[in-house]
Amino acid sequence: MSREPQVGGDDGRVQASGTKSDGGSDSDVESAIRQNRPALITYITAGDPSLEATGEYVEALDRGGADLIELGLPFSEPIAEGPTIQAAINRSLEAGTTPAAFFDLVDGLDTDAPILVMTYYNMILQFGPEADVRPFVERAADVGLSGIIVPDLPAEEAGPLRAACDEHGLDLVFIVAPTTEGERLDRIMSRVTGFAYVQARLGTTGARADVSTATHDGLARLTEYDVPKAVGFGVSEGDHAAEIVEAGADGVIVGSALVDIVADHGADGDAPAAADLEAKARELKAGARRGTTDDRAEDTPEPEQP
Amino acid sequence: MSTIDSDHDGEERRDSTSTFGDYGGQYVPEALMPAVQELEDAYERYVLENEDGFMDEFRRRMREFGGRPTPLQRADRLSDRYDRDIYLKREDLVHGGAHKLNNALGQVLLAKYMGKERIVAETGAGQHGTATAMAAAHLEMPCEIYMGRTDINRQRPNVYRMRMNGAEVNPVDAGSGTLKEAINETMRDWATTVETTHYVIGSIVGPHPFPKMVRDFQAVIGQEARDQVREATGRLPDSVVACAGGGSNTMGTFHAFVPDESVALYAVEAGGSSLEIDADAGLAPNSATLSTGTDGVLHGAMTRLLQSDEGQIMESHSVSAGLDYAGVGPELAHLVESGRVTPVTVDDDAALEAFHRLSELEGVIPALESSHALGYLEHHHEDLGDLVVVNVSGRGDKDLETVLEETEKRDLEAAPDVEVFDG
Repeated sequence: MSREPQVGGDDGRVQASGTKSDGGSDSDVESAIRQNRPALITYITAGDPSLEATGEYVEALDRGGADLIELGLPFSEPIAEGPTIQAAINRSLEAGTTPAAFFDLVDGLDTDAPILVMTYYNMILQFGPEADVRPFVERAADVGLSGIIVPDLPAEEAGPLRAACDEHGLDLVFIVAPTTEGERLDRIMSRVTGFAYVQARLGTTGARADVSTATHDGLARLTEYDVPKAVGFGVSEGDHAAEIVEAGADGVIVGSALVDIVADHGADGDAPAAADLEAKARELKAGARRGTTDDRAEDTPEPEQP
Repeated sequence: MSTIDSDHDGEERRDSTSTFGDYGGQYVPEALMPAVQELEDAYERYVLENEDGFMDEFRRRMREFGGRPTPLQRADRLSDRYDRDIYLKREDLVHGGAHKLNNALGQVLLAKYMGKERIVAETGAGQHGTATAMAAAHLEMPCEIYMGRTDINRQRPNVYRMRMNGAEVNPVDAGSGTLKEAINETMRDWATTVETTHYVIGSIVGPHPFPKMVRDFQAVIGQEARDQVREATGRLPDSVVACAGGGSNTMGTFHAFVPDESVALYAVEAGGSSLEIDADAGLAPNSATLSTGTDGVLHGAMTRLLQSDEGQIMESHSVSAGLDYAGVGPELAHLVESGRVTPVTVDDDAALEAFHRLSELEGVIPALESSHALGYLEHHHEDLGDLVVVNVSGRGDKDLETVLEETEKRDLEAAPDVEVFDG
């Protein structure tokens, strides 16, 4: 896939490098959120049930209106995941997914939505011959990935990865939890690039029936920071997306609800799963748009031409 | 990893308190960071500075409830057999039958001082789970234990013990259903309930401050042994030998001796059935992390791991469930890296031989874990000098079923004829 700025999408979505008020340039990821606000960010586990299928699913999500796509690179000890994504990771590992094959897949994808990789720190450390984050980041940049999310890497330990991402122009997204406060919140928000991943509730990933009150509290604490905020953990329906956007989020992140679709289709073919994923993305994107009130809509910048 | 990271702002924000050389750190989900830092603060105040008399109460309870101090016993027949003085540190005599209570009682008491309302813990074979359940009952703390389904099925008596002490035991079905999965699931619980709950981790593993804090609760083993051996012999030992899985009895035994440069420290790992690994299957038929592992991050710390080239954690193996773990405490990884601790291995067969040998010669039935430390004496006593201290980390009653089963499969010199037990 290409990392060149481009106007794309038959639905008028824009993927372009914008210009910030301070004169600095937004990254692909930040632009994708700011210019398509409210943005839909989708997660699926790469290699579940196969990397070939993942390629089709990514394209389906892209068609369905996803503005950013997170791909999970499976790790054997996924401590931040609930049962749904744990099971997807197991299916992917059983199918023999490797980091090298994952990168090859991404290299061949052509999507309007920028793609991020979500994986655990040990997978990043072990990609090269020694325990070192740089070979992974270099390869990620080569294949056109736009950013990295690491659920077991708090900002305090992120120095080496932050430096490698800066060197290669990748965003490093940090998670802000309901328990994140005070100086730590300031520090995280000063180091995050792309967007802040706002964890809607304590616990692990997984689809829930409602939107937690922690979501509203979490977003309220973040209004003063000029970083796009996207809310994940438990978002599964268009109405959730609407409520979250109404509460002030710039984007919603949906994972387990999509992984459920992949799991439900099992081995019965990639095409029906892809069609359902595309439809689910449309529902979620429409839901997110419903959450945009009139005055918020005025704040949304007009799409810019490159 | 590096302990001071200059970020893009040039701000230096870390010191070496969370690491041991290149090992250690705090690789946990963001939701847990505030809890880990709260624990750091509590560790410094209560454990290091004895605020509110915490350590005094801990030591008192370990005497009255835990049965400390434990004896250092000269093993006369082993001393004859190996033609040198062999002393056993008898942690098998701690309440519950293993050193595990030292840590469990310390952490449950700390959780009380911190105002936490609930305890969660992982357990592999059930030793840490039973110790935590006892400590929680003793200190009136609600307690939930996560245990892999496979382990539950092969360690039923320990499941009953925990439940008798009032703990809930939650089965973990993920993966192979053993210790690694139980730790994963306990971390998930903690990430959900972190505001009211303390995670009593069972070894010197996990994010800082766990490795240091657990070591400090276990350090009483070596402190007592060092005083006792000097009282008995008038000098320091030439060697100290302890088994190493996660490493809590190991560091507990070694800590007081680390500054004594004349004392050699041997960490005996489980050699399992072979030191070869099957990378394609993701299997290591051993738990020899220090001897054969590579650097990586697991369960909150940079340490040595049994992992594939791609970074997937392997399924480990040992006849001794308590040593069966693909990681190891970061402090031990550091002490091995620096050359202060020598990692060695004893395989399943040799550990079983040592189990029978100590039972027959000395009237002490050691845990299969401890049997690895004892097994090292058989072929390597000549390397260990004239005066050797071996930590008997636990008693072997819990292992009888495994030992009978495994002994039947083998031709062991030291074993009694187990056939006579049939019928």
